Amino acid sequence: MSRLSQWEQSFEQLCTLLLDSLNPDEHLSIDLAGEQSHFMRLNHAKVRQSGTVTDGEVTLRLSHRQRTATASLPFTSQATDRAAALHALNDLRQELPQLPEDPYIVLPQNYGSSHEEYPGQLLSPEEAPDAILPLIQGVDFTGIYASGEIVRANANSAGQRHWFATETFFLDYSMIAPSEKAVKATLAGQVWDIAKFQAQIQESKAQLQALDRPVKIIEPGRYRTYLAPAAIAEIMGMFSWGGVSESSLRQGGSALAKMREGKNLSSLFTLKENFSRGTVPRFNSQGEVAPDEVPLILAGVLVNTLVNARTAKEYGVTSNAANGSESLRAPELSPGALRTEEILAQLDTGLYLSNLHYLNWSDRVGGRITGMTRYACFWVENGEIVAPIQDLRFDDSLYTFFGENLEAITAFQSFVADVDTYESRSLGGALVPGALIRDFTFTL
Amino acid sequence: MEFDLQSALNDLHLDADWVGLRQVSENSTTRYIRDGNPEANRKSCTQGIMVEVLENGQFGYAATNRLDPQSIQAAAEQAKSQAIAAAPWAIHSFTSAVRPKAVGQYLSPRLQSSEAISVSDLVGLMTQVCETLKVSDKVVQTSALAQTVETEQRFISSNGSDVYQRFSFVETDYTATAQDGAVTQKRSDNGQLARCYQAGVEVFDPSAVLARVQQIGQQAVELLSAEECPTTTTTLVLAPDQMMLQIHESIGHPLELDRILGDERNYAGSSFVKLSDFGTLVYGSPLMNVTFDPTVPGELAGYAFDDAGMPATREYLIQAGVLLRGLGSLESQTRAKVPGVANFRANSWNRAPIDRMANLNLESGTTSFDAMIGSIESGIFMESNRSWSIDDYRNKFQFGCEYARRIENGKLTTTLRNPNYRGVTNQFWRNLVQVGDRSTMGMYGTPYCGKGEPNQVIRVGHASPMCAFTNIEVFGGAA
Repeated sequence: MSRLSQWEQSFEQLCTLLLDSLNPDEHLSIDLAGEQSHFMRLNHAKVRQSGTVTDGEVTLRLSHRQRTATASLPFTSQATDRAAALHALNDLRQELPQLPEDPYIVLPQNYGSSHEEYPGQLLSPEEAPDAILPLIQGVDFTGIYASGEIVRANANSAGQRHWFATETFFLDYSMIAPSEKAVKATLAGQVWDIAKFQAQIQESKAQLQALDRPVKIIEPGRYRTYLAPAAIAEIMGMFSWGGVSESSLRQGGSALAKMREGKNLSSLFTLKENFSRGTVPRFNSQGEVAPDEVPLILAGVLVNTLVNARTAKEYGVTSNAANGSESLRAPELSPGALRTEEILAQLDTGLYLSNLHYLNWSDRVGGRITGMTRYACFWVENGEIVAPIQDLRFDDSLYTFFGENLEAITAFQSFVADVDTYESRSLGGALVPGALIRDFTFTL
Repeated sequence: MEFDLQSALNDLHLDADWVGLRQVSENSTTRYIRDGNPEANRKSCTQGIMVEVLENGQFGYAATNRLDPQSIQAAAEQAKSQAIAAAPWAIHSFTSAVRPKAVGQYLSPRLQSSEAISVSDLVGLMTQVCETLKVSDKVVQTSALAQTVETEQRFISSNGSDVYQRFSFVETDYTATAQDGAVTQKRSDNGQLARCYQAGVEVFDPSAVLARVQQIGQQAVELLSAEECPTTTTTLVLAPDQMMLQIHESIGHPLELDRILGDERNYAGSSFVKLSDFGTLVYGSPLMNVTFDPTVPGELAGYAFDDAGMPATREYLIQAGVLLRGLGSLESQTRAKVPGVANFRANSWNRAPIDRMANLNLESGTTSFDAMIGSIESGIFMESNRSWSIDDYRNKFQFGCEYARRIENGKLTTTLRNPNYRGVTNQFWRNLVQVGDRSTMGMYGTPYCGKGEPNQVIRVGHASPMCAFTNIEVFGGAA
């Protein structure tokens, strides 16, 4: 039996046991997150660390008499899980009477069940070093290779079952020039294809040569700026942190509050959640299933926010099955008309920024974001790349750079994979174009 | 920790140069009340074992949450095969000298265990916190978060290590958001989750907690009508709850040897510090003395041994402004050939250790707070971090605070909102002109220091006195 089949069977058995043991008027939802991962860390085109992680966690959410509590515990796919889960359930039963009533309690419902599996063809952990290292010799290569199965599942006492399993890999890397500027790239997918890998490495090596020039120091000021898709994806991340969340808007924590008051972004700016790519599960930890698409900002106008069931209940609005933090799970920024071959000419003289780094709100209410340029960023004159730049700090409001100063959006989009591995490997990513901006403000 | 780790090691059938088992069991509770209503009541348990194997000069690891002999044997074999497969491509050929024999134990200081307060009492206090924060109708959101964490860790190895460490953490966050028309201001208890300690539930002393949150609510409302922080270059006085962030970002991270060695260049970033700078670089003014100190009782990242088995000791990183030592573990010290500290740390059983901060503190000076403020004709005093951003070489930073006051003619005067400042690391620290005495010290921490591939968040602690810096660019919020 494959590992995925074993996990699924074990999860099913665990759910049956727990749900059969419920008392009348008790409501339970059970969430699973698990992975079998190989991580290989690289520096200077050598292996720094290599190892595997087998991890799984189930979360029980018990509700009774208008009270809710949750407990998370290890999921090992062994018989010992059952006793531990029953113990956790009993522990929750002891705890619930000590809690106050929750006026916004959300009980499990049956929104329908789903079963998705995306098998891949991955390198074994033992194969990976010899498959990857020979091709990256001769360059200063730093990054991480991660590979293996990821599982998300959900079941509840209303009868709903969801299962999502995928086998994926990513190689996220920086190829670094003597100037310390770098080509940043990610190869991600479900099938390790040596030809694709070779082609991408060759492309990165060619780009590296463009960085091998003296670095130009740019004084702070306002410049015409092209933000490549990876840079846009960084800014999209800010929309998940005090941005498109309905609860955040209601509680004074959103940078988009002015959009509720009628302020708009540029008509070129259209943002939606698009789950049709299948890279992330459509169900959330409550088992709610998101629509294929959720338009959020349409031609610059805030038309929807992300709303989960709890927020919906508190504020009397309709849920669109957002996750607990009402953050973007499958963001897509719509393409525009700027063709690839026109980017430098339209930029004319200014900054070409491949990546941004370490963004934060410098004034959230004002929509002002600060951050740094990083990796391959260039000074462009008369449509020609002149030199890589010394890193610059920007500090500007999204109401300005995605508002009246948004000049054009590229006709192409790139999928920027989410390669975060905090606690566990992330799923999905952002589908985003590049953008040309007037008078982007740099301060340091 | 009921599992017999020593037997598991003894029973392994594995021929390797070195084997280590690190077991971690962590139990945490979260009580989160928003606007007086329960938002989350959560218990969490994670446990597992990381097996590390050294073979052919390369470490391989395998981490599993299955605590049975067969699974640990399989993990050990997996770790060994990783080491063998990676060894031809190893960045450095290590020996077991980077895993010295270590025997001992550590217990967090605490007066009361987590069982000393009932669930209902703790939830009741958090509810009271929300009620107290709401000092007026202009307070539109209140929140109270209390987290308790009990972590047990045992490390044993084939060369005789046996270390048991039990950590007790208490982490709290209380916030008030006030609104008046288009103006929104948030005030918290020394910054987001800044009050994190190794302690017991004695920190939930209702009278002390409620007195603090009363002021938080009042200051949130006060900020609504405050002036915007001016745009100017001036003398900046930072409170310890902002110094924490300043130390973390512009001293801690750039001194991590793994960054300097390039390991982090694809993620967290590199450093402006070069290996040749140790012993020579003038990092800041002569008033600047910075220690790495996992021995401070109650500070968040205290321990007796790091995850390589190196005994934790207090070390000066910067003394009289001169850079002496980096934040580098035995592995990094071997690679870099510079002195380091006991900072090889993993955030749990499922991640391999890397160079991290622990407790990183700015030592106190001799100036009282009154004397410091009294000596400044014109300046700005900022408290409590709310925004942080710095470049990947740790040079150009921009930080924002929740609350500020003008300093005029040696006195704190009007309140200012949306205070921000920016600078470049070495220039900034060389402009350090006054360091507060012990009476001005504050000790804080964060559970959210992020770094590493695969990513890890880890707990770090920072203590600092009040400090004054000259010629700093300050500014306010969006026009």
